[in-house]
Amino acid sequence: MIPVIGLLAGLGLGLWLQPTVPLWLQPYLPIAIVAALDAVVGALRALGEKRFNDRVFVISFISNVIIASAMVFVGDQLGVGSQLSTGVIVVLGIRIFANAAAIRRRIFHA
Amino acid sequence: MPESYVSRFRRWSRPTGMHLLIGGLIAVLGFGMATQFVQDEATDYTSVRGVELVELLKSIDAANERLGTQIEDLTQTRDDLLSSSRRSEDAEEEARQRSEQLAILAGSVGATGPGVVVTIDDPDEAVSANQLLDAVQELRDAGAEAIAINGTARVVAQTYFLDDESSIVVGGREVKRPFVVEAIGDPATMSEAVKFRGGLIDRVSNAGGKATVEERDKVTITALADVKGPEYARPTS
Repeated sequence: MIPVIGLLAGLGLGLWLQPTVPLWLQPYLPIAIVAALDAVVGALRALGEKRFNDRVFVISFISNVIIASAMVFVGDQLGVGSQLSTGVIVVLGIRIFANAAAIRRRIFHA
Repeated sequence: MPESYVSRFRRWSRPTGMHLLIGGLIAVLGFGMATQFVQDEATDYTSVRGVELVELLKSIDAANERLGTQIEDLTQTRDDLLSSSRRSEDAEEEARQRSEQLAILAGSVGATGPGVVVTIDDPDEAVSANQLLDAVQELRDAGAEAIAINGTARVVAQTYFLDDESSIVVGGREVKRPFVVEAIGDPATMSEAVKFRGGLIDRVSNAGGKATVEERDKVTITALADVKGPEYARPTS
């Protein structure tokens, strides 16, 4: 309940305020969002399997965001920023798909 | 069974610190997503890398050059059009002036300006068409630019003078005595041309009439000549 309210509140606030992303944050924000989405989908799967743990979710959320951003940062420093962010996106995308597939199997048994 | 649902719901909905933290994290995620959505509507080049930027720069340079050439072309065209329209304005102005001059010459418009009014009073009907024509010729010689007789007959190139019973026909219009000749031109010169010894005034008094000339700062001629296009004559060349 609270997460849903939080999501709606965040979306509404962002659409209402329409903030401009600071320049230093611009390369990291999309990656951080995908990493956070991965954590959220993983949490949904854990909820479905009744092994959801608050601590695990919070830590995985934060660490996902930080690691993804750090990889982009390091990639930028090494001059392979675009390739590395593509790699991060691909890995996170695969994880999201895997988790979504697990949820789907659990709900539809298919 | 319902009891268990209620307790589960209560447990689920009871906010603990951890729940609030999770809600806050999800809110941050939503905020970031919304921000990114809004941001993506504007083109930004921060995610574009060096090589692509160089390509972009090259294509923009090419477009810039092309547009510059286009600007030059269009400026040239505009200047051409402006100068040609100015030329045609000049030509129009010239044509208008010429048409005004010709209209006064042809007697198709009224005219106003300084001039003289010559009144010829001859109770004995001694002044003939010839003498009236002489008077007109003398005024023309003195530089009259527009002449009308009795306010009805405009004297132009085609105007003829004919004796009729008790009146004179000027250019097809009958003018009755006394004759009033209005002429626009230099008043002093024209009055001299009428007054000199042996001139119009003398001749009229010899014939038993009386002629007077009056200089005016402003004479207005409203009589128009019957303008008709030439039936036989055609311009040469």
